[in-house]
Amino acid sequence: MAKIFVENKPYEVDAKQNLLHACLSLGFDLPYFCWHPALGSVGACRQCAVKQFKNEQDITGKLTMACMAPASEGTRISIQDADAAEFRRAVIQGLMLNHPHDCPVCDEGGECHLQDMTVMTGHSHRTYNSPKRTFKNQYLGPFINHEMNRCIQCQRCVRYYREYAGGDDLNAFRLRDTVFFGRAEDGVLENEFSGNLVEVCPTGVFTDATLKHHYTRKWDLQMAPSVCTHCALGCNTTVGERYGSMRRVVNRYNHEVNGYFLCDRGRFGYEFTNSPARLKEPMMRGAVVSKSAALESITVGGRAIGIGSPRASLESNYALRQLVGAERFYAGVSGAEGTAVAAALSILKSGAVPSASLLDVEQADGVLVLGEDVLNVAPLMALRLRQSLRNAPMRAAKKFNIPPWLDHAVREMVQDQQGPLFIASPYATKLDAVATATERAAPDDIARLGFAIANAIDRGAPEVAELSEETRTLAASIAHALLGAERPLVISGASCLSTAVVEAAAQVAWALHRQGRAQTRIAFTMPEANTFGLALLESKTLADALKEDGIDTAIVLENDLFRRAPEHLVREFFEKVPHVVVLDCLPTLTTAAAEFVLPAGTAAETSGTLVNSEGRAQRFLRAFVPSGSVQESWRWIRDIAVAGGRTDCAWQTLDQIIAAMAQDCPALREVPEAAPARDEAGKIAREPDRYSGRTSMLANITVHEPKPPQDVDSALAFSMESGFRPAPAPLIPFFWAPGWNSIQATNKYQTEVGGPLRGGDPGTRLVAASVQAAEYFREIPAAFRPAAGEWLVCPAFHIFGSEELSRHAPGIAELTPKPYIALNPVDAEVLGLHAGDAVQVTLDGVTGVVPAILRADLPRGVACLPAGLPPFEGCALPSPGKLALAKPEFSVRGTP
Amino acid sequence: MATITERPLTSRLRQDREPVLAEEYERAGGYQGLRAALRMAPNEVTDLVKRSHLCGRGGAGFPTGMKWSFVPMGKDAPHPKYLVANADEMEPGTFKDRALMEGDPHQLIEGMAIAAYAIEADIAFIFLRGEYQLSARRLTQALAEAYERHYLGRNILGSGYSLEMYLHISAGRYICGEETALLNALEGKRAHPRAKPPFPQVSGLFGKPTIVQNVETLCNLPHIVSKGAEWFLGLSPTGEGGTKLFGVSGKVKKPGLWELPLGAPLRELLEEHAGGMRDGTRFRGVLPGGASTDFLVDEHLDTPMDYAHVAKAGSRLGTGTMVVLDDQTCPVGMVWNLEHFFAQESCGWCTPCWSGLGWTEKILLAMEEGTAVQHDLEILKFQPKFMAPGNTFCAFAPGAMEPLQSALKYFGDDFQRHIKEKRCPWR
Ligand SMILES: Cc1cc2nc3c(=O)[nH]c(=O)nc-3n(C[C@H](O)[C@H](O)[C@H](O)COP(=O)(O)O)c2cc1C
Ligand code: SF4
Ligand code: SF4
Ligand code: SF4
Ligand code: FES
Repeated sequence: MAKIFVENKPYEVDAKQNLLHACLSLGFDLPYFCWHPALGSVGACRQCAVKQFKNEQDITGKLTMACMAPASEGTRISIQDADAAEFRRAVIQGLMLNHPHDCPVCDEGGECHLQDMTVMTGHSHRTYNSPKRTFKNQYLGPFINHEMNRCIQCQRCVRYYREYAGGDDLNAFRLRDTVFFGRAEDGVLENEFSGNLVEVCPTGVFTDATLKHHYTRKWDLQMAPSVCTHCALGCNTTVGERYGSMRRVVNRYNHEVNGYFLCDRGRFGYEFTNSPARLKEPMMRGAVVSKSAALESITVGGRAIGIGSPRASLESNYALRQLVGAERFYAGVSGAEGTAVAAALSILKSGAVPSASLLDVEQADGVLVLGEDVLNVAPLMALRLRQSLRNAPMRAAKKFNIPPWLDHAVREMVQDQQGPLFIASPYATKLDAVATATERAAPDDIARLGFAIANAIDRGAPEVAELSEETRTLAASIAHALLGAERPLVISGASCLSTAVVEAAAQVAWALHRQGRAQTRIAFTMPEANTFGLALLESKTLADALKEDGIDTAIVLENDLFRRAPEHLVREFFEKVPHVVVLDCLPTLTTAAAEFVLPAGTAAETSGTLVNSEGRAQRFLRAFVPSGSVQESWRWIRDIAVAGGRTDCAWQTLDQIIAAMAQDCPALREVPEAAPARDEAGKIAREPDRYSGRTSMLANITVHEPKPPQDVDSALAFSMESGFRPAPAPLIPFFWAPGWNSIQATNKYQTEVGGPLRGGDPGTRLVAASVQAAEYFREIPAAFRPAAGEWLVCPAFHIFGSEELSRHAPGIAELTPKPYIALNPVDAEVLGLHAGDAVQVTLDGVTGVVPAILRADLPRGVACLPAGLPPFEGCALPSPGKLALAKPEFSVRGTP
Repeated sequence: MATITERPLTSRLRQDREPVLAEEYERAGGYQGLRAALRMAPNEVTDLVKRSHLCGRGGAGFPTGMKWSFVPMGKDAPHPKYLVANADEMEPGTFKDRALMEGDPHQLIEGMAIAAYAIEADIAFIFLRGEYQLSARRLTQALAEAYERHYLGRNILGSGYSLEMYLHISAGRYICGEETALLNALEGKRAHPRAKPPFPQVSGLFGKPTIVQNVETLCNLPHIVSKGAEWFLGLSPTGEGGTKLFGVSGKVKKPGLWELPLGAPLRELLEEHAGGMRDGTRFRGVLPGGASTDFLVDEHLDTPMDYAHVAKAGSRLGTGTMVVLDDQTCPVGMVWNLEHFFAQESCGWCTPCWSGLGWTEKILLAMEEGTAVQHDLEILKFQPKFMAPGNTFCAFAPGAMEPLQSALKYFGDDFQRHIKEKRCPWR
């Protein structure tokens, strides 16, 4: 800590920070542009000028850029100083020379940092009367709109995109007052985190192109805190609605989870909510029926089963489990997935190494990835992992007294030095570009490498039999690097559906822990938003359900079983079971096969809890009440129960079902802690103060203003009126503060800029490491040997396409790959295959024809299919398969 | 008035403008300085240069030896360390380094080798202005000769010291002459200046200790090492040490370039060496050290041309190459021309510079075209305050403001006439 003086008053601030950071953390309004809490200082915009004085006697002082000066002991500054204020006004004036007068038609208007800062500095009168410079805008793909005339040359976009996110197709071109920020030519931005440009750019150059399709100003959005459901990381989001449709997603800061950023799947996948195909009313045998008619016709007796879902909330899964009974509740995932996930969960509970939050990932300084394509499976983890690579070299910069926030100075010193990162995966991943070493191998070999590393770290860990000299050397060097780290991290997960890989990862982490690396962390990526939540209910899997006989009714919760098991098995199952009830938001093959379909709400329309891959329970709250009969699945299940005369499932509110769940399931005891209950917080408005048209929105239908809906589930109200208490962190519906209309208002909600939210970051850990170290695993698989004529077909993950719901968003659909099978060129030659040839693939009893692509990075004997995409989305991969040259005709869906 | 005694930097230059090549250079005592330096310890070389008071000839005038002393030395110092010769010379009106490189390329190479030895550098670059094609050819030839004769490369002259030297030809931007922007350019990045601290001496090229030195500065080194610090100090009548290349352009009778003692009076330069003003023109002012220095006028003609005296007169010695303004030339037009150049060359990094210069240029053009109004003058007067030292990210913009602020001071009436008469009175 250091004592600094602002306007001659003393304040305690973090001495390791700069003055801008200190001033903002103290709550002062000091304008800035080029600085960003996640990007650090570069001193480009000169907007943050303050007067700095040498000592108490100095009354002249000197202008200094707050973001470039350390908050060292005794520093004396003035923000109000007339020269400083005049200079800041002049900077805004300079920025405005070329900025168009187009706020009314600009998508950024109303949440524009440039607007806010302009008002803050008091610049209001334009004297510039020469022509403004203009640019040609570019087409940047389905997500990002480009309007370069608005640019203020703050440099944030290229710094974020290139230096932070590792992209290279966005650049700065030309110089003087005509710097152009864009691509060398029109085209889709290649980086998976391009959407953050929308929030990073302080003005309307980069805006959300999906929002443009149904544009609404921030002040007109009804908003709520939500959690992204497009992967298992559970990034916190703010979702916005108007006129009953979902308008957009922006980042909701959570220091420990997503920080300031989201991935493009999470930001732009939301449009599935607005899909015209949405299920809105109950259906019986394909015909729309009333709610009561549907409920009367569904009977749940002793021969009913429930099939839960890793993409449904904890509450809905619990409700179904209560309805059918724990023994008749099945996790709706493949057997292989169930096993791998259970293994991961048990490692986190029984081992001494805790699971890593994404903040832990960012703070790691030596990383091993086993069997994961982190970028495509857990996108934001890859972004934060990328930052972690700077930790080790940054220690060197500290030796030269270069503070970490002095961003370019650090980068210039560090250059392209990277901390240790090792990636072992079946195919080459994008992160390989920044890896110290990579290994391409089949899952069993990846596990063997992991076990060998563990053995090299701690001789007490079992040795790996018949290890090649090469692998032994690699393992030794990885072990050496990990032992040299202060905060080593092992990343693995269920992507290989291999318990051996998961156990090998744990073995490495445990070995490090036993060698005294107490800061070791382990991060498991998980397939879906609530995979861990479902796993905590400890049930059998779909594979068991499909084998079951004598079922009269199967209730399927938010799950397309054709993505969970081969089509022929699912069809056989549906033939066996006379009554199938499916709850879902969009039509699937499963809803098509069901007798009853009940319309379930999406995350933006409902409230509930999800458990992310860190083991953190997080609450999401509805932004709006969906149209039609759509409601939470748990409410449908309750309605079924109540209609059937049950009294034990009659929960009325979210808090009631959460309380019941916490009481029934010891593993879920802490779930109520994820967010304050309805009665624990004051009334919180979902609508900003300036929300317009409330009384006239429906005037074309009726002039009587309808009573706003009541929310029995949370303290959030469908209203502009808040109580007097500030919203607790997990219930913040949107970031806004007086004078701070843009997302930069986040500053005002943190204990310290870039630090935790006041009152603690949302969410609560359900899984804690054990105090006692677990025994080492002793079972090590044999080396992978490709069988003649057979390939190990592995899943290749695609950020755009592999996840089920986001694929219904048009932008994501546009970027989803076409079907393919990838194999090693040498293997292709054996088969007489060329790139583009149609290949007949048979695996898991499914046959399909897909074109071949050749990838030299694949190990011999390993082939890859795009995960989650037809025609093999029901097959649990990796799985052995047969490949043969097919006739060029193309069948999209597999045949049993 | 001081008389010219010695011209160490230029005495070898040939009348026929052909380059002095290795043999001729050696015959005239070339590479003796390097030989002497290699017999000293590196820190002794630095001490010698410190004692000579040699200051940078690239514009800023920072003491050279002192700069070297910030470089981490010894066993634990990071390597490779770099030495860079700043041969970007894009300051309008400046052509002194060009004369040295075209005429006597080995002198630069020898100077660089000495500097590199003093800081224990492993690699040296000559960062050359793109348009200097003749310099590029001659330096390339000289470098090959120097390698051949073991003045460069591994184990130089059997001393155990090794140095690789490369010629890098700039893609061509004025800002590349700013030493940290130069380093970014050399790394293949956009030529934005870097924040200081950290200084290049600690974290420079590729993050390693680096010294950037102007060509003329480096050319002094062989002579200082050969003849000593006292000799060097004695060259200048005002005690700042050494000689300086002075150039004069504008409507003088004999524009040119001369090596004179540092501290030679301005009047001597303009009247004796440059032959005075052309017939029919009268002297109005002079930019004493290149385009980014303040005008000096009649009252300053007796100023000795060294760092301290020119500063006292309200300007900067800069590069020592001056541009003369006469009474037949519109001062507003001249300033517009300069600011147009500066506006174009702003790297675009910091707001006061890229926005302020754009506006400045437009207002000056409006004055020339007769469309400026009174308020424009207020805006113009504000710009030097806006772009004052410290307000911008690098020294480029404050430098760009120097001719403007001094023109407003000395030629204010001319600006007023443009507005009142709604035209340029010189057209
Ligand atoms: C905009 C700008 C342009 C510059 N251009 C040159 C140049 O062309 N040549 C040069 O030697 N120094 C130039 N400098 C000065 C360098 O930044 C640096 O101070 C100099 O190269 C150091 O060498 P010296 O100490 O030997 O003068 C420039 C500075 C600025 C701010
Ligand atoms: S496009 Fe936006 S982020 Fe990029 S420099 Fe311009 S204003 Fe800044
Ligand atoms: S990383 Fe996962 S949770 Fe985060 S925004 Fe992307 S899809 Fe959503
Ligand atoms: S002063 Fe001009 S040249 Fe220097 S950094 Fe700023 S914009 Fe670039
Ligand atoms: S925020 Fe400090 S210079 Fe841009």
